[in-house]
Amino acid sequence: MKNIPIRTLAAAAALAACGLAQAGEVEVLHWWTSGGEAKAAAALKATMQAKGHTWKDFAVAGGGGDSAMTVLKSRVVSGNAPAAAQIKGPALQEWAAEGVLANIDDVAKAENWDAVLPKAVADVMKYKGNYIAAPVNVHRVNWLWANPAAFKKAGAKVPTTWDEFFVAAEALKKAGIIPVAHGGQNWQDFTTFESVALGVGGTEFYRKALVQLDPATLNSPTMEKVLTTFKRVKGYTDKNAPGRDWNLATAMVIKGEAGMQLMGDWAKGEFVAAGKVPGKDFVCAPAPGTAQAFTFNIDSFAMFKLKNAENTKAQKALAAAIMSPDFQEVFNLNKGSIPVRLGMNMDKFDDCAKQSAKDFVATSKNGGLVPSIAHGMAVAPAIEGAIKDVVSQYWNSDKMSAKDAMTRIAAAAKAQ
Amino acid sequence: MVSSSPAGARWLPKLVVAPSFVLSFLFIYGLIAWNGYLSLSASRLLPNYEFVGLEQYVRLFDNERFHVALVNMGIFGTLFIGGSMALGLLLAILLDQKIRAEGLLRTIYLYPMAISFIVTGTAWKWILNPGLGLEHLVQQWGFENFSFGWLVDPEMAIYCVAIAGVWQSAGFVMALFLAGLRGIDDSIIKAAQVDGASLPLIYWRIVIPTLRPVFFSTLMVVSHLAIKSFDLVMALTAGGPGFATDLPATFMYAMAFSRGQIGLGAASATVMLATVAAIVVPYLYSELRAKR
Repeated sequence: MKNIPIRTLAAAAALAACGLAQAGEVEVLHWWTSGGEAKAAAALKATMQAKGHTWKDFAVAGGGGDSAMTVLKSRVVSGNAPAAAQIKGPALQEWAAEGVLANIDDVAKAENWDAVLPKAVADVMKYKGNYIAAPVNVHRVNWLWANPAAFKKAGAKVPTTWDEFFVAAEALKKAGIIPVAHGGQNWQDFTTFESVALGVGGTEFYRKALVQLDPATLNSPTMEKVLTTFKRVKGYTDKNAPGRDWNLATAMVIKGEAGMQLMGDWAKGEFVAAGKVPGKDFVCAPAPGTAQAFTFNIDSFAMFKLKNAENTKAQKALAAAIMSPDFQEVFNLNKGSIPVRLGMNMDKFDDCAKQSAKDFVATSKNGGLVPSIAHGMAVAPAIEGAIKDVVSQYWNSDKMSAKDAMTRIAAAAKAQ
Repeated sequence: MVSSSPAGARWLPKLVVAPSFVLSFLFIYGLIAWNGYLSLSASRLLPNYEFVGLEQYVRLFDNERFHVALVNMGIFGTLFIGGSMALGLLLAILLDQKIRAEGLLRTIYLYPMAISFIVTGTAWKWILNPGLGLEHLVQQWGFENFSFGWLVDPEMAIYCVAIAGVWQSAGFVMALFLAGLRGIDDSIIKAAQVDGASLPLIYWRIVIPTLRPVFFSTLMVVSHLAIKSFDLVMALTAGGPGFATDLPATFMYAMAFSRGQIGLGAASATVMLATVAAIVVPYLYSELRAKR
């Protein structure tokens, strides 16, 4: 089902035409340096060159973007910002508040973004009602990856609630399989916590506690239950988890050393790279109790204010290209995520991605679509970091009670 | 110095030193001052020059993670400085006994210094990992009950950082002490031997006291290494489990570069500078006074 409005085509043609008439240069800061990601970035580059613009690559590897951010800051402070940079979530608002981002509403209007993006997503891309960034993809964070062979051996079934989760974990443990593959790094602890909070507390609780940071909800019995459940999960991880990278934890599930892993859909890339088929060699299921919800982690490109008119034109063409159906398809097939545009044709995608897209559409209508706190989509980086510290410390400490952790999370949420 | 033009003789050295003096003044002291100002500003994501007084310092000392970092710096600093000095001195004295193959041994002990802390950290991460390294090996030898899980224990992980640090730096300290030992006049030792002093006594009462200047310069080098330690922790534990092995340098990096808290990061950098100054300034003072 191809439903690209004539208007969009006309706008794209117009943009392409003016692009050919006056070519500008776009400099793009990103950290898509690994295999599939680099392919995806090359697709964007080709799209821009076809429109007659010059693409200047500004890839900074490593550090989950920390090093890229440092370079970006120095460039912006010295008045030499790139056209676009990979920034996501509330960090977009922080950059916009510094007054350095460009308003790209004209592109959004011409391309009809308000209609093709879920409101929850569009809100993240706007500052004071104006679009300042273009979204690229959607990663779902609340997945549970399982090895069906390990489950069969243990005589357990893939859990759909947290109660079932612990039954399954116990069975796996008895069968001599590590129930939960986990890497003890603070963001992985936090990813697990987020899925527990969503499954135990529900979307309303999640939104109030971890997006709006409402003190009453953060200090509620539900929160305490979330924390105790979260800590119970630790009992089913192996003791060598601290410091383990996420992909090594995924490898444990692939090899059948471990039964399951709570991780976002970038884990799928590891299964696929190992030649495993979704539904047969591995199972992707929503994290326990979160079938009706979707925690999104969306990459986006913030557009910076530029001085040169030609480059500004090229920048607008880039924003349009990022949201075009063709690019969304090519990019996400390579990255393992799903398109952020609603109503895309998903024929070329695998079953996990189809399930993800289906849930993305459904939850965008019923309010189950929530931003991931562990991946910089829900709250400002400083608060996210402060809460992440407490969660990780609670996970690792034998002394801290759930009540203590709750008090400290509430304090961290006010840490401004 | 006899010179044809006394004025030239007075000005030439100053002129030659001037460029490097200006550069270091600007890029070291200028940036220290700038960091100091940032720590008194409301900077978050980008530098912001709104003056807020000591607010960032109040926030810093309210921050539990910073307390953990300071305590860790105390534990790690003490063990790292004490351990590498003691071990280095011991190795130097043992090597100084006119033994065979001294050159080879010296190279072996000094070699760890040639690799970066990142490599040391990564190697020790594998050695100390219960599932891969030492514990696994000893258990495979048949000692089923042997356990050594310090690296994954929040209470003990900082000691692992100290072990790796001492392993890397002891050889360097040894080389410094060895150079000092070689500089000691043999006749003093001969005289002591004639007086019937035993070898340990000679070392204790004569040799080690004469090493005082070497001792102090070594202390300078290793103590600033300890305070600015960053790469070792990043590679070995990345500050984990949780933030149990955070040090001020890793804390500063996290705040300033990943969490958009430049003001807070600058405040912790200033605290680190003050710590280094507390060690270096008295030393410089005593050194410069002794010269007069």
